[in-house]
Amino acid sequence: MSRTFSKGARLLVRGASKRFGEKPVLQGIDLDIPAGQFVAIVGRSGCGKSTLLRLIAGLDSPSEGELSVDGEGIKGIHPDTRMLFQDARLLPWKKAVANVQVGVKSRNKELALEALAQVGLADRANEWPGVLSGGQRQRVALARALAGSPRLLLLDEPLGALDALTRIDMQELIESLWEEQQFTAVLVTHDVSEAVALADRVILIERGRIALDVKVTLDRPRERDSGFAHFEKLILDRILERSENDYTRNKKLSYSI
Amino acid sequence: MNLFSKLIHNRFAPAYVPVLVIVVWQLLGQLGYISTRTLPTPLKVAEAGVALVKSGEIFHYIWDSTRRALIGLGIGGGIGFLLGLLNGMSSTANRLLDSTLQMVRNVPHLALIPLVIIWFGIDEKAKIFLVVLGVFFPIYMNTLHGIRSIDPGLIEMAKVYGLRGFALYREVVLPGALSSILVGLRYALGFMWLTLIVAETISANSGIGYMAMNAREFMRIDIVVFAIIIYAILGKLSDSAAKWLEHTLLQWNPNYAKR
Repeated sequence: MSRTFSKGARLLVRGASKRFGEKPVLQGIDLDIPAGQFVAIVGRSGCGKSTLLRLIAGLDSPSEGELSVDGEGIKGIHPDTRMLFQDARLLPWKKAVANVQVGVKSRNKELALEALAQVGLADRANEWPGVLSGGQRQRVALARALAGSPRLLLLDEPLGALDALTRIDMQELIESLWEEQQFTAVLVTHDVSEAVALADRVILIERGRIALDVKVTLDRPRERDSGFAHFEKLILDRILERSENDYTRNKKLSYSI
Repeated sequence: MNLFSKLIHNRFAPAYVPVLVIVVWQLLGQLGYISTRTLPTPLKVAEAGVALVKSGEIFHYIWDSTRRALIGLGIGGGIGFLLGLLNGMSSTANRLLDSTLQMVRNVPHLALIPLVIIWFGIDEKAKIFLVVLGVFFPIYMNTLHGIRSIDPGLIEMAKVYGLRGFALYREVVLPGALSSILVGLRYALGFMWLTLIVAETISANSGIGYMAMNAREFMRIDIVVFAIIIYAILGKLSDSAAKWLEHTLLQWNPNYAKR
């Protein structure tokens, strides 16, 4: 952990809750993410995992509790925090390299080209985003996020819209860049095997609370062997078991109405 | 069949119908089916045009009309664009201004001609004022719509990347609204000539409309028809200019990219 201390940011969440109107989305989340850790947050859709990520990003503020990066409270968007969205969100009127420049604080084109080379797209620098494939667009977005040398990278289901083969490529790319640049990473995903493949630690959120917090003690690069399957099963079982209860309970509810 | 398909895909194909119309028109006129007092033949119109070009009068008139049109477009388009930006970005401004503007929009601006003549007389200001009114609304409406329809995800992305204030406008808001603004510009150009033609026909002492009305007094129908053709050409030219702008500024958009 000491090797990553200087590059990544430490993220601390204390009793964070979020309500939209009367509806509670997150309830009393406590989380301590050490610098340089790769954390995956999994859960069914609507469980509040994306909301938690938006709180960390400073895009929303919590109804209660507090969040801090390196001991500094999160108020608005932090310049050392970068976010990768599910849709690449490239500006369609800027060429690939100009889109990456958006992420470079000094707007330096050389740095942007370097970042594009890191994701293997140096030769597509002068293409419009409209002609790139989905995977290439997401790689440009990744280059944009990393070009600013963030200390905290937030990934909001960034691979959800990609095909299976492209997704594996992207996972390897993200892992290698994370190992090289040693930032802290928080990945939100509904794909348990992706979480196990990438993360040091998997957190399961259910109905706004942390239901499971597992350290994935597997060597990198991760092989899809029996150890991998063990972790995958452990987490999946937990998600699915609870969902069956949900189903019966909902049924009872509908009868009583 | 082969010859037919070749003719259809020829690049002059769009000109077939106008050429045919002109030929038929010429023949009908020449054979006496159309009285020259109703409609002069194309050759007579061309002759009148050549005479006007030779005397240089026509350029003077075209310049006067174009200048009015462009001044009106600059003022009306500029105000429409700025108000569209303001109302697109600030919901407070939108609440205060938009419903008033929508109310005014529903008044046909040409209905104001009697009022405008009382206010400004029949000099330049009256015509420019009418053009300003004519081009304001298409630009305003489309700028507002363009800004409203920008993907909120892009705005959020821009905020995460620290773009705000002027940089946010320049790099995200304006380019995002541009295709819509250019649609507004094309409509505005149409309204610009329409308004100007009406305004010049009613009262002017120079310009193409004046030339047409003056010719009518002397029963020079050939010059009247020539004036109408000039308007058609000017309208087509400004539409082509707007199209060219779309192609140049919207290269990134696959819908506008050259095929």
